[in-house]
Amino acid sequence: MVAVAASANATGTAGLALRIDNISHGFSLEGQRLAVLDKVSLDIAPGEFVALLGPSGCGKSTLLRLVAGLEPADSGTLLADGEPIKGPDPSRVVVFQDPTLYPWRRVRDNVALGLEAQGLLKTHSAKIDEALAKVGLSTFGRAYPRQLSGGMAQRVALARALVNEPRLLILDEPLGKLDSLTRIAMQKELIDLWQRQGYTALLVTHDVEEALLLANRVIVFSDRPASIKAQLTIERPYPRHRDDPYLVDLRKQILGLLGLADNW
Amino acid sequence: MSSVELTDIASPAARRPVQFWLQGTLAVAAWIGVSALIRYWPNASRTWPMTDGLARLALAVAALIVVAGIAGRWWPGLGRRLRGAGAWLIALPVLLGVWELLTAKLGWLPVPFFAPPQALLDVYVEDWPRLADSLWHSALLLGSGVALGAITGFIAGVAIGWSRSIGYWLHPVLRILGPVPSTALLPLCFFLFPSSWSASVFLIALATWFPVTVLTWSGVASVDKAYYDVARTLGAKQSFLIFHVAIPAALPHVFVGLFMGLGASFSTLVVAEMMGVKSGIGWYLQWAQGWAAYANMYAALLIMALACSGLISALFLIRDRLLAWQQGAMKW
Repeated sequence: MVAVAASANATGTAGLALRIDNISHGFSLEGQRLAVLDKVSLDIAPGEFVALLGPSGCGKSTLLRLVAGLEPADSGTLLADGEPIKGPDPSRVVVFQDPTLYPWRRVRDNVALGLEAQGLLKTHSAKIDEALAKVGLSTFGRAYPRQLSGGMAQRVALARALVNEPRLLILDEPLGKLDSLTRIAMQKELIDLWQRQGYTALLVTHDVEEALLLANRVIVFSDRPASIKAQLTIERPYPRHRDDPYLVDLRKQILGLLGLADNW
Repeated sequence: MSSVELTDIASPAARRPVQFWLQGTLAVAAWIGVSALIRYWPNASRTWPMTDGLARLALAVAALIVVAGIAGRWWPGLGRRLRGAGAWLIALPVLLGVWELLTAKLGWLPVPFFAPPQALLDVYVEDWPRLADSLWHSALLLGSGVALGAITGFIAGVAIGWSRSIGYWLHPVLRILGPVPSTALLPLCFFLFPSSWSASVFLIALATWFPVTVLTWSGVASVDKAYYDVARTLGAKQSFLIFHVAIPAALPHVFVGLFMGLGASFSTLVVAEMMGVKSGIGWYLQWAQGWAAYANMYAALLIMALACSGLISALFLIRDRLLAWQQGAMKW
């Protein structure tokens, strides 16, 4: 077991403290109960970047949906800054694997979505251009989503999240469908934005290397029903390099935990 | 007439100030030719009124093509459209000539049932007040019915797609009442309603309502659930989800429903006017047939075809405006 205590790298007050306490959750599938999460407990400090790794279908994304407030958990408590999570809130925004931009809205109107939904469009519209500038798409405001490449669409989705100034950014395999070159570029962007904005970040990924490059702490989940198998603190400054022997060593450890050591 | 062809023709025109347009010249010649045929070839069985008028009309069309061809040099939009229609501008006088020969000039088609083109022109000149009045009444009836059906259908579709409890009550009604051809309810409605006009409005509305409801419902039901998740995490309330997510996402389906509903409303309109309402194009058709005034019937049918086609075109125009974000949508 490689359990290491989390030492939070809080970069500011903007981040949200998340406490996941004894969470269990399941689905009913054709009358059968399918346990997905088994007594998961996790404390995340404000401004921390935590990556969740685990076998495919182990329930990591379900945990994210619970944290986002999209579904209530079967048992256990979820606390955001000590307050129970009862539903979705713009302080906790999700970036999904698919950009899920609304095809009928131009890029700028997609980014404006959160402000519009909260009735803040008139007073805060300058934030839209700021968010587009942050992801480097200032000139694409009038474009329709169908005119964008996969990487650009995902950057718009990121801008749509950032415009709400989230205190917790929930990233559900946001780079999973991008080509490897775009991925590398966007991993760097994710780090830059996190360092500048100071939010807490919770990332689900299948890519061990990505988790090691981005996160302060990597949580390794067991097979379904998911429970925490190991926690690793990555004490390395940014920007990190993928050939760093320390990271290469950690990657071997994690792949071992996931039962893939021999295949590497 | 593909767009590729258009640009091929249009681009050299921009460079050369005066350019010979072969299709246009042929079209003008064909219209002058058919005008001469109408004017100088003797009619077979009887002297039709308006024969000279039709010949003059064909000449006028030829002149119009010349004028438009010249004006097209200054208005590129007009020029492009004219050139796009070039082949049709030749085909139309040829078809008119064949029609004229078969009816008025050679008499090969039996006369009362097949009217020559000048007879239609005569109807338009002599009977236009009655035709215009019929068209106006039809438009009023159709407009009332379609508006009622489309609005209630849209609301019902969104409600069924969104709310489980509304769906519980509306769904069976939709399944039983919807597929019944609304013309089958005509006799019932004529004695249930205070007037044949209100009964017809109801039936046209019903004919429009069914496809609009079903397709709006299917549109709302097929919205990607992830769209709702995104909006909810960004702080959207229920009303935002309906008006800014469900409805815009369902609009392509809604327009298919409106298209089908409009089609169904046309046939209901005509049957209602033939059966009970004492005005409108459907009534005019029935009336003309009753008097064996076949020329009037053809004249009314032609107007009806143009009017219905115009309404569908208008619907597609609105769709293209609202759904500009869609790629590769079908062009009417």
